[in-house]
Amino acid sequence: MNIPQHLKYSASHEWVLMEGDLAIIGITDYAQKELGDLVFINLPNVDDEMVVDEAFADVESVKAVSDIIAPVNGTIAQVNEELLDAPELINQDAYAAWIVKAKDVTGLDDLLTADQYLELISKEG
Amino acid sequence: MEKKTPLYDLHLELGGKIVPFAGYLLPVQYETGLIKEHMAVRTACGLFDVSHMGEILFRGKDALDNLQRLLTNDFADLEDGRVRYSPICNKQGGIVDDLIVYKFSQEEYLLVVNAANKDKDYAWFKEHATGQVEIIDQSHDYAQLALQGPKAKQVISKLTDEARLPTRYYSFVRDLQVAGVPCLVSRTGYTGELGYELYCAPDKVVELARALLKAGREEGLIPCGLGARDTLRLEAGMPLYGHEMTDDITPLMAGLDMFVKMDKPDFIGKQALQQLGEPARVRVGLTLTDRGIARENGTVYHDGQEVGITTSGTLLPYTNKASAMALVDRAVAEVGTAVEIDVRGRRLKAQVVQLPFYKRS
Repeated sequence: MNIPQHLKYSASHEWVLMEGDLAIIGITDYAQKELGDLVFINLPNVDDEMVVDEAFADVESVKAVSDIIAPVNGTIAQVNEELLDAPELINQDAYAAWIVKAKDVTGLDDLLTADQYLELISKEG
Repeated sequence: MEKKTPLYDLHLELGGKIVPFAGYLLPVQYETGLIKEHMAVRTACGLFDVSHMGEILFRGKDALDNLQRLLTNDFADLEDGRVRYSPICNKQGGIVDDLIVYKFSQEEYLLVVNAANKDKDYAWFKEHATGQVEIIDQSHDYAQLALQGPKAKQVISKLTDEARLPTRYYSFVRDLQVAGVPCLVSRTGYTGELGYELYCAPDKVVELARALLKAGREEGLIPCGLGARDTLRLEAGMPLYGHEMTDDITPLMAGLDMFVKMDKPDFIGKQALQQLGEPARVRVGLTLTDRGIARENGTVYHDGQEVGITTSGTLLPYTNKASAMALVDRAVAEVGTAVEIDVRGRRLKAQVVQLPFYKRS
């Protein structure tokens, strides 16, 4: 299972990397495997508010649509528009294919470490 | 508790992602993923475990009379060795199930029904049968594989007497040895491609599946799951029970007119269908012109008015278009009509298109 040590995680399978004041957010490798081939993504707009535990985007596989849940509070600063035409980038490398970058972030302390996240998905699997 | 088909361990070995479906544990996809599986069937070949399907035998002097009364299609002129599709109607004209009928002889027919409906169908047949006919649930005696795709014949020919393979669509042969396993082989399928369905004894099916997978390796044969089975049938414009067909949807709404023989003396549901007349809503194909994917149960609008509901929908892998089937008011059923579909609170533009979405060239 690919769970980089330097990232933080949410129980809803997002990863977070702080880069200066910005939180870079994507979904985990475990999540992309569970979802299967992604064929479509709905992204938020820049300046949208992001509220922890609420959906801020969604991804669709052939089989189903799945919400992407905000792992932290914040304001959307950038969205990865490359994913609109190539959502499969998330399948290819879930940690390279970031989805949004957020500013004014709070709630980082509640995120899981890599070891805690591994324990969580071991129970799910 | 879900049942396992005899191929369960092989599914795990092949990296199958197992889900419960119609009372069985079956792979929704394997390691390669749904899209590659779908494309393999369109361009090469795929192998499906469809052992969950139900098999019910009708045998006896009055077998044909019963089929004629229980099913909407006409079986009077069906020849031995041929297969025919039919809906089953309830007294209100709704669909109990859809099935295919294999004619063994004038007094013996095998009915292959949807797994989810098998017990309901069996009870329905028993309740409504008359005269001299034995109705036997033989589902436990058969495992079933579907070998589908343009390379299907090339693959199966390596393992059998090619001269004996059924050549006509919807025909079959019995007692054909495939990789040494006695099989009933039919030119049937649920993908819109050339292909075969193979029925054999449950304790022989692992051997058969392994032989086919090995024989088809150079043709690009891969195992395919329920996910690809669903997207392939949808792309081929084929209705699925529980979606385009239910107890409340008539075969005329579902666009199955050619399988309903109103000129037969009588069958269950005929009177209701006559009284209902031309249905208010009919099945159509829709393709999205906006970005997004419509799924089932999306409300369809035309000029702001509610005109129907989607029954299945996804991004179709081969045509690479987001498409859906829907039941819509007859007035908007014409090809080219612009509609909107509610997709999670957003109204996306779509257009009525000709079914099927994909036709084999």
